[in-house]
Amino acid sequence: MKFQKRTIGLIIYFILLMLPIYWMLNMSLRTNAEILSVFSFYPKSPTLANYIKIFTDQSWYSGYLNSFYYVSMNVAISLLTALPAAYAFSRYSFLGDKHLFFWLLTNRMAPPAVFLLPFFQLYSTFGLIDTYFAVALAHCLFNVPLAVWVLEGFMSGIPREIDEMAYIDGYSFPRFFLTIFVPLIRTGIGVTAFFLFMFSWVELLFARTLTTTAAKPIAAIMTRTVSASGLDWGLLAAAGILTIVPGALVIWFVRNHLAKGFALGRV
Amino acid sequence: MPTAIFFITIACLLVAMTIWQAKAPSSERKGFLPIATTPGDRLFIGLLSSAFINLAWLGLTNFTLWISFIIALIWMIVLMRWG
Amino acid sequence: MNKWEDNKAWFMVIPVFLVVAISAIIPLMTVVNYSLQDIFGPNQRVFVGLEWYKDALTDPRLHAALKRQLMFSSLVLLIEIPLGILIALMMPKKGWGASLSLVLVALPLLIPWNVIGTIWIIFMRPDIGLLGAAINGFGIPFDHTASGLDAWITVMMMEVWHWTPLVVLLAYAGLQAIQEAYFQAARIDGASGWAIFRYIQLPKLRGVLTIAVLLRFMDSFLIYAEPFVLTGGGPGNSTTFLSIYLVKLAVGQFDLGPAAAFSIIYFLIALLFCWLFYQVLLKIGTGDKS
Repeated sequence: MKFQKRTIGLIIYFILLMLPIYWMLNMSLRTNAEILSVFSFYPKSPTLANYIKIFTDQSWYSGYLNSFYYVSMNVAISLLTALPAAYAFSRYSFLGDKHLFFWLLTNRMAPPAVFLLPFFQLYSTFGLIDTYFAVALAHCLFNVPLAVWVLEGFMSGIPREIDEMAYIDGYSFPRFFLTIFVPLIRTGIGVTAFFLFMFSWVELLFARTLTTTAAKPIAAIMTRTVSASGLDWGLLAAAGILTIVPGALVIWFVRNHLAKGFALGRV
Repeated sequence: MPTAIFFITIACLLVAMTIWQAKAPSSERKGFLPIATTPGDRLFIGLLSSAFINLAWLGLTNFTLWISFIIALIWMIVLMRWG
Repeated sequence: MNKWEDNKAWFMVIPVFLVVAISAIIPLMTVVNYSLQDIFGPNQRVFVGLEWYKDALTDPRLHAALKRQLMFSSLVLLIEIPLGILIALMMPKKGWGASLSLVLVALPLLIPWNVIGTIWIIFMRPDIGLLGAAINGFGIPFDHTASGLDAWITVMMMEVWHWTPLVVLLAYAGLQAIQEAYFQAARIDGASGWAIFRYIQLPKLRGVLTIAVLLRFMDSFLIYAEPFVLTGGGPGNSTTFLSIYLVKLAVGQFDLGPAAAFSIIYFLIALLFCWLFYQVLLKIGTGDKS
């Protein structure tokens, strides 16, 4: 009896959870004229016109490409710099290690709005505004600490004896690190990459401020549409649905690490 | 200029603490604060609380900031010595 | 596990240190610099000392934004934490149901923040949105663009929808870590469901819940994109939270000095909570080992 009550409660929660997303999906499959004229719970004459428009109109699909460029750049930079640092934090104790770790953490928690203006000035000085690199670098502010932390967690789970054995066998540090250690923590690297991707993908404030036209992310293009008059709701909804897809596709692979990643990730 | 002085002071403090720690490694200890702290921790707590003391003074009163600065300085010394 | 003591490890940390230093320390210095000056143009600056701080600390609009922010953050905690625990308790513990639940719960967390705002704009529209239309259908006039109260309710609903899953995930992970033996012992003693929750599950969840409370507080304290897209801080100033006000000040009105002073104060508050969070985390970390 009790089991059933639980399941029903859970199902109700999931329905409530999915309802807004479903509604957007519903909108995305209808034309704007139909949305504004008829109120219906499902698309009466489903059309893919909105999606086709996004994939063929350069100003729309370039937004997705821009987002992908800077997100991948950011993931690459963060992982490359964070791997050795995470190893150092998990294996060695050194002068000021705890304080350094805390300092990294503060950057994850600092209000992005605080850094917005100086970033803009700094990048203007170096002529980086409206490049992928600018956004990728700005996102390092919170993603590098995240990468260090999640990787450190995974690395600490690997017994130190493995390192010692390898050194006794005459492995040099770089060779040991690349051929033995990295394959050992590949799950950890995958999970970290997922979270780096996610937090760079969902961030808007920096991405919007540091770009003007050439490198504008999809999220910002959507915001622009919102503020314009005469909204095309169907198009907007379709663009939104497409931003959810990448996350929804890979989430299954990291389901067992979700809680840990988010606990550290939102830090 | 004042910004430079401010940051140079903080940087000097950090370097001094690092050298001190390297010369005479100190361990955590328990003072009147509820957690065990190293001198570095106490420096951080001191700086942060001093900032709040000065801000509170600035926001709530109209007296000169030197008074709160001295209060903060005394608080820092107390914290570093007995915290 | 004892670590090797070796200061050469610093060399491995240097890349991270440099990357973060470039994007953290230099901007921070710039902000402090701005906060002490009045900037008319590129080369016209007057040193004004702590004037802007005084202004910021006595700015009634800032006080209002802070009050709104604190109320918002407390409401968020009051609603999301109990709801999150409740749902985590209902989720199946193993099997495909557990995996499916996890993935479904996590879905809102993976949506770009401004898209969250967009979803809710569509969802709450009185003419084309499901919920907006439903509420108006019951004869209650509801429009988040016109009424401050309605805007508040909408932002709250969005926030709960978006972030309760995080609490669920954390609480669920905490529940999974409780050994089965505790439940067996409780069952032998004939403990009621409530007693099991009160005396076994809740105490064991304390660490995870502390993290959840701090995270949710921090996050809701920094919230920007979702309410910005949904309401733009309006109607009037009814949903202008700290970050929105700060960005308005800095980008909208280009009042660099006051915005910078405000940033520093904001940063100090965040730093305080961050430090508390770190201490709690360290305590839990050592508690697990001993």
